[in-house]
Amino acid sequence: MKTGISKAVERTDARKKIRGEAEYIADRHFEEQLYAKTIRSSKAKARILEIRLPEMPADYFAVGRNDVPGLNRMRTVVSDHPIFAEEQVEYIGQPLFLLVGPDREKLCDLADMVNIRYEEEAGVFTLEEAEKQDTVFTDYQYRKGDPAAAFRDAAQIIEEEFRTGYQEHAYLEPQGIAAEYRNGILYVYGSMQCPYYVRNALLETMAIPDKQIRIIQTVTGGAFGGKEEFPSLTACQVAVAAKKTEKPVMMIYDRDEDIRCSTKRHPSLIRCRAALDKNNAVTGLEMDVLLNAGAYNGLSPVVLQRALFSATGVYDIPHLRVRGRNYRTNMTPSGAFRGFGAPQSIFAIEMLMLQIAVRLGEDPLEYKMRHALKQGSQTCTGGKVREEVKLPEIVGKIRKMSAYVKKQKNKKPFSGIGASLFLHGCGFTGRGESDIRGKVILSKDKDSVTLRVSSVEMGQGAETVLRKIVAQSLDIPIEKVNYAQVDTGAVPDSGPTVASRTTMIVGGLLQECAKEMKARWRECDRLEIEKVYQHPSWLHWDDSTFQGDAYPVYSWGANIAEVEVDPISYEISVKKIYAVYDVGVPVDLRTLDGQMQGGIAQGIGWATIELMEGEAGRLKQSNLTDYKVPTSMDTPEMEIAYVNNPYPYGPFGAKCAGELPFVGSPPAVAAAVSDALGRKINYIPLTPESLMESDNED
Amino acid sequence: MKIEFTLNGEKKHLDVHAATRLLDVLRGHFGLIGVKEGCGEGECGACMVLINGRAMNSCMIPMGNLEGKNVITPEAFCQSERGRIIEDAFMEAGAVQCGFCTPGFIMATASLLNANPDPDEAQIREALSGNLCRCTGYTAIVRAVRIAAGKGAGAC
Repeated sequence: MKTGISKAVERTDARKKIRGEAEYIADRHFEEQLYAKTIRSSKAKARILEIRLPEMPADYFAVGRNDVPGLNRMRTVVSDHPIFAEEQVEYIGQPLFLLVGPDREKLCDLADMVNIRYEEEAGVFTLEEAEKQDTVFTDYQYRKGDPAAAFRDAAQIIEEEFRTGYQEHAYLEPQGIAAEYRNGILYVYGSMQCPYYVRNALLETMAIPDKQIRIIQTVTGGAFGGKEEFPSLTACQVAVAAKKTEKPVMMIYDRDEDIRCSTKRHPSLIRCRAALDKNNAVTGLEMDVLLNAGAYNGLSPVVLQRALFSATGVYDIPHLRVRGRNYRTNMTPSGAFRGFGAPQSIFAIEMLMLQIAVRLGEDPLEYKMRHALKQGSQTCTGGKVREEVKLPEIVGKIRKMSAYVKKQKNKKPFSGIGASLFLHGCGFTGRGESDIRGKVILSKDKDSVTLRVSSVEMGQGAETVLRKIVAQSLDIPIEKVNYAQVDTGAVPDSGPTVASRTTMIVGGLLQECAKEMKARWRECDRLEIEKVYQHPSWLHWDDSTFQGDAYPVYSWGANIAEVEVDPISYEISVKKIYAVYDVGVPVDLRTLDGQMQGGIAQGIGWATIELMEGEAGRLKQSNLTDYKVPTSMDTPEMEIAYVNNPYPYGPFGAKCAGELPFVGSPPAVAAAVSDALGRKINYIPLTPESLMESDNED
Repeated sequence: MKIEFTLNGEKKHLDVHAATRLLDVLRGHFGLIGVKEGCGEGECGACMVLINGRAMNSCMIPMGNLEGKNVITPEAFCQSERGRIIEDAFMEAGAVQCGFCTPGFIMATASLLNANPDPDEAQIREALSGNLCRCTGYTAIVRAVRIAAGKGAGAC
């Protein structure tokens, strides 16, 4: 793996970033630009009775729903979030209108003088309340086999309930967006994952033809899903403001505003019931997944789908009944976040399998492996596992790397070791890829080429990896491959930068272009090749019954975590993480290591210190002092390895990678804490306070 | 108030409010965009600069405290011999992803190596603990600092 496509090349975007030369949106300045400040609801659920504005000085404006030329809704999967609130507000922080003007401090002064009268209504906040009041947005279910028979014939039935909390993306660059009109064209610039989502939202909100809109992505300082759908909302807001004021309008969030008002990972409550036969094998599973979607549904239905299609993790469980519900609450809307629903389900199934093994007195890893999917197995949705499942090799490798057996035997008090097995479905769920039909363009000009895609560089290394795929396919130096500025006026819609799809799907299309270009290289100086995604005919999916291949292929992995728990303070210290992954063929080892290390760390944060709580609709943590993300002191040494398993339909054999590490580390850490304390773990984050409290209850 | 300080090797005279944040002066007045605002409360380290050789969060420094001080920003630091060694080490280790935190980490690295040219892993992790990175999990950054130290970035 140290040669060929896996051999690392220098990242093409990094030197500019190190030297402080890369221009993020806040580093831009437009002539005569105005700033925007969002005025937000201070109530979780209320009717707006009156809004009183201070007298606005010259050059200062209020921009609200009456200024929206088209639809006052943000277009996404469910287009229910108002661009600006109407008569009703549904969460604290919901945008009411913008104050716009040349001086930021003056805007803050004006904001303090805004007076809003509300008539408050009773809100719904927690999943328990939502379930009781049945405020359901989406209700899905599917079945496999004969679950009723499995439970009827069970030798043992085990029931458990699992919870996971909010998580804030905490990308280092806060949300930022700007809009301006130039020569009758609306330009939007900003930090974002999905320029075409932004364009599609603007088409409806601004009610103008697509020829009059250009979205230009600026250097994006981290996203993790937090810049998937959210920038569509802010883009519409600043576009409306730019139209009204006839000036460029820039909106940069403070950290506090960003944490309080942008989307979060869905909190979950997952109820599991497992049926065991007389040989202690899990033959049936009922899983009921409840997600707190917040005030608007947005893309929560798709998050819920991935949660449900990941219900059984890496296990082959013949009889299933899976149900999932998204609940409406008066909380900040939940949205996309690395893993997209899968981490919640994988946490539940991994902890359930661990607890069953412990109860039966079996070795957890061996017990899990007895249930593992194999090539040819049926997936939970009745699809087929087509690839060779290299879990035995992965587990063999990680056991050796970690000296798992030896460490299990020589355990010190308050230290623990835990393992997780996991997978991640590559690319969009179900029909997603065939609906999007991503398009890419590769053009040649003498001896250099330019790739045009809407997949953005947001830190994950897409620019380097896509250039490298083209360069190696054409057998030319990477310097000869340009990555075109992502601008919807100049690049085709290759789909959004989400779902770990960029390398496998977009990179795959680029490789096809490059192969054709290579064959025609000498034809002429200028050549343009376009490819559109074709859904493989061997993939079958029925969206109405959730039956078939939810994903074309999976990436796989195992983690082993070592932890120590302080016996007095109950603080968890993660000492070491071992990880082995099958991502097909690594396209660039250094970039891939970066994804894995970062994903592991973010998962450790979610599992341990990243506590975010709601209190009657208000998020109690709103800055990086009280919402703690891991520092260099909280992050352990990591030892990472890969097994090669080329995927014939991925570029150079690559599958998905970006989300996989996030899915794996939380259950491994929780299993290790369970081992250290000798008790069940049914929730995360495992804060010292919560561990101490539950210990006192025992 | 009138303030005199050295910025990237040049003497500067400014007439500013004493409470103005150094961060705003560097970005707004001097256009030094390598200094990033990530949180505005001294938690993330993205706005770090070197003040008399030590890494400080420029969002927490009022201009009134700057009289006679020597300020170096990432832009200028990367032009130096030591800056080039650290830059190459960050490249080699793969320590850069989204890049928003990176200039701040460069400053923290410089500050550490000023004080301790040959730090061990624990010392590195402690020295970097005032800088947040959400992309890398820190592994590559810690390695970059070790590589830089090994190539003598602390000695020049």
